[in-house]
Amino acid sequence: MIKPTDSALTASRLNESTKMIFHRRWVRVVDNFFQSRWKGLSVAIPYVWLVIFFLIPFFIVLKISFAESLIASPPFSSLFEWSEDAALKMTLIFDNFAYLWEDDLYVKTYLNSVKISTISTILCLLIGYPMAYAIVRASGTMKYLLLLMVILPFWTSFLLRVYAWMGILADQGTLNSFLIWAGVIDQPIRMMYSEFAVYIGIVYSYLPFMILPLYANLEKLDLTLHEAASDLGAHPITVFFTVTLPLTIPGIIAGGLLVFIPATGEFVIPDLLGGGNVLMIGRVLYDEFNSNHDWPVAAAVAIALLILLVIPMMLYQHAQSRQINN
Amino acid sequence: MKPYSPNSPRQSLLRSEVEPLLEVRGISCNYDLERAVFDLSLTVHRGEQVCLLGPSGCGKTTVLRAIAGFHPILTGSILINDQQVSAVNNMVPPEARRVGMVFQDHALFPHLTVRENIAAGLAQLSAGLRGESVGEMLERMGLSHHADRYPHELSGGQQQRVALARALAPKPLLLLMDEPFSSLDQELREHMGQEVSDMLKESGTTCVMVTHDQNDAFALGDKVGVMSEGAIVQWDTPYNLYHQPQTHFVADFIGNGVFINGQCEDKKQVNTSLGMLQSDIALDWSNDADIEVLLRPDDVVYDPDGSIIAKVTRRAFKGAQIMYTLRTLDGVKLLALFPSHANFGIGDEVRVRLDVDHLVVFEQNSTVD
Repeated sequence: MIKPTDSALTASRLNESTKMIFHRRWVRVVDNFFQSRWKGLSVAIPYVWLVIFFLIPFFIVLKISFAESLIASPPFSSLFEWSEDAALKMTLIFDNFAYLWEDDLYVKTYLNSVKISTISTILCLLIGYPMAYAIVRASGTMKYLLLLMVILPFWTSFLLRVYAWMGILADQGTLNSFLIWAGVIDQPIRMMYSEFAVYIGIVYSYLPFMILPLYANLEKLDLTLHEAASDLGAHPITVFFTVTLPLTIPGIIAGGLLVFIPATGEFVIPDLLGGGNVLMIGRVLYDEFNSNHDWPVAAAVAIALLILLVIPMMLYQHAQSRQINN
Repeated sequence: MKPYSPNSPRQSLLRSEVEPLLEVRGISCNYDLERAVFDLSLTVHRGEQVCLLGPSGCGKTTVLRAIAGFHPILTGSILINDQQVSAVNNMVPPEARRVGMVFQDHALFPHLTVRENIAAGLAQLSAGLRGESVGEMLERMGLSHHADRYPHELSGGQQQRVALARALAPKPLLLLMDEPFSSLDQELREHMGQEVSDMLKESGTTCVMVTHDQNDAFALGDKVGVMSEGAIVQWDTPYNLYHQPQTHFVADFIGNGVFINGQCEDKKQVNTSLGMLQSDIALDWSNDADIEVLLRPDDVVYDPDGSIIAKVTRRAFKGAQIMYTLRTLDGVKLLALFPSHANFGIGDEVRVRLDVDHLVVFEQNSTVD
C-alpha cells in the first residue's frame, strides 16, 4: 500500500526538482544578461539624457555669461581665442556678474522674486494642506473624484489657464462684472497688473504640486496614531500639531520646494498678470535676452538664479534621502 | 450631580473592590454598515482583568473600540466609574475618558523617542513631575537603557513594553488591550503574557483585553468572555470555559477535543459507541434523546487493559506528552494526550479507556449556536 504511493511521490518530487533546476538556470542566464548589459544601459540612459539636455546647455549658458556683449552673430565674444603664438587663450569676463550686483534693479528683482514665491508657497501650504487632508479622509469614490479634480487642470494648457485668469480679473472681467451686478461695488476694482494678480496666478497654478506630495504623505500616515494620541488625552487640535504635522514634514518640504523653485523663476504669470508692475527675475531675464539682446547679461541672470535655487534644491535632496533612510 | 447611590465611589475600600468600574449595557454597533455587535452587556469590577476571546470577525475589537470611545454605539450605554461615557448619539470623546489603550501594532509615535512616547499622555503635568513619572515607568518596564531610542530601533518585545508604559503612565481608570501580543513570536508571547499579568495584578489595574488566542486569554483573564457573531456566548473563568462549556461553539473553540454521539440512557448515563458513560450530575435530557458528548484529550487515558482498541492515525510530540489522533475499530475519531513514554507509531494499535469525571453534553447537530 505504502510503497507505490511513496515511489510515485518521489518521482513527482524528482520531476519537480529537475524543473526547478532548469527554471533556475534560465533565470540565472536572463539575470546575468540584465545585470551585465541592461543594468548598465538602463543607468546610462538617464545620464546621457542629463548630459545632452542639461549639462551641455548649462555649460553653454555658463560660457556665455563670462563673455562680452557684441553686435554680431552670435551676439557675444568668444571665450577661447588662438593667440599669435598658437596658444589657446581663455578670456573670462566677470563684468556681467559685477553688473548684476552693482545695478539695484537685479538685486531688488531677485529679492522680490524670492518674496513672491515664498509667500505663494506659504499660501499654497495653507490652502493645500486642508485640501490634502480632506481628500485622504474622504471615502472610496469621493476620494478619487477629489483627486481627479486636483489633477484635472493639467489636462488643459497652462498658458490657457493663465489667460482665463486675465479674463476673470480684468477691469471689465467676470469678477468685477459680478461684484457690480451683485451691488457690492460701483466701480471696477483694479486687480490685473498687480502683485495680487500674480499671487492668484501662482497659487492657482502650483497648488496641485503642493497637494499631491502632501496627499501621498498623509495617505501613508497610520490613523491609529491619531487614536493613540486622543486616547492619551490629546485634544484633536493637539493631535494635529503633535502627531500629524511632525509626521508630514517630508510632504510639506517636498510640496514647498515643488512650488517654490518653479515659482521663483516664473515668467508667464508675472508677464501676463503682473504686467510691468511686478518685478520678477524670469521677466527681467526675458527682457535682457529679447529686448536688449544682451545675451551675456541674460546668461548671468540665469546662472545667478540657478545658484539661488540650488540651495533649496539641495535641501529637497537632503529631505528626500532622509525620508528614504527612514 | 449624581444622586446618591450605595455604590458610589466614596465607599469603604472593601466596598470599592467589588464595585463595577466598567459597565457595558446592551450595546450594539455597526462595522462597515453591517451589524457587528448585538445587544452586548458586560461588567468589569475594579482590579479585575477580563478578556474577550473569539475568532476574527466576532466583533470583539469593535466592543473594545466602543469602550475607548473610537466607535459609536447604536443602542445601550457604556459607563466607566459610574459616569456615562457612551450612549446613542452622545459620546464622551476618547481624550476625556481616562482610558489607556494598547494597540494591536503598538501605534508608537515614530517621531518620538521612548521617553517622549511615554510622556505623551502626561501633558497636563509639570515638567518635573512628568520627568519623574516617566523615569519611574521606564524603570518599572526595564526600559531605562533605551529611553532615548526611537521605536524602530527597538525589538518587538521592547516596543510592546513601551506601548504598555505609555498607556499606563497617565494612570488610567481602565486599561484596554487589543491583541497586544499578536506581533510577538510564540516564546516571547508567553513570557510577556505572564509578565504583563503579574504587573497588572500587582498594581491592581483594571484591564480588558481582546484576543483570538486562548493561551493569551487564559494567561491574563480572571474572567473570559467567549464571543461569537457579535455576542458573548459564555462569560466565565478559564477553568469553567474548558471544563464546563455551555455551548457547542465554546466547547469547540476552547481547547482540543472531539464530540461522540450517544443516547441518554437515564438521567445519569449516556450510551455511546465507546460504552456507557456515567455523569456526576443529573442530565437534563429525556431518555433516548440523541446527544453528543465532549471528550477532551485528557479524558482518553492510555491503559494496556483498556476496553477500547484504536489505531494511531497521527501523532504530535509535545515534550512531556504526546498528542495522538486515534481511530477506533468502529471508525470513531478520538484525540488523546498520553504521557511521553507511551510511545506509539502511526498504524500501531493501542488500548485506551475513558476517564470522564464531568460529562459535557449537547444536543446532536447543535453546531450552529
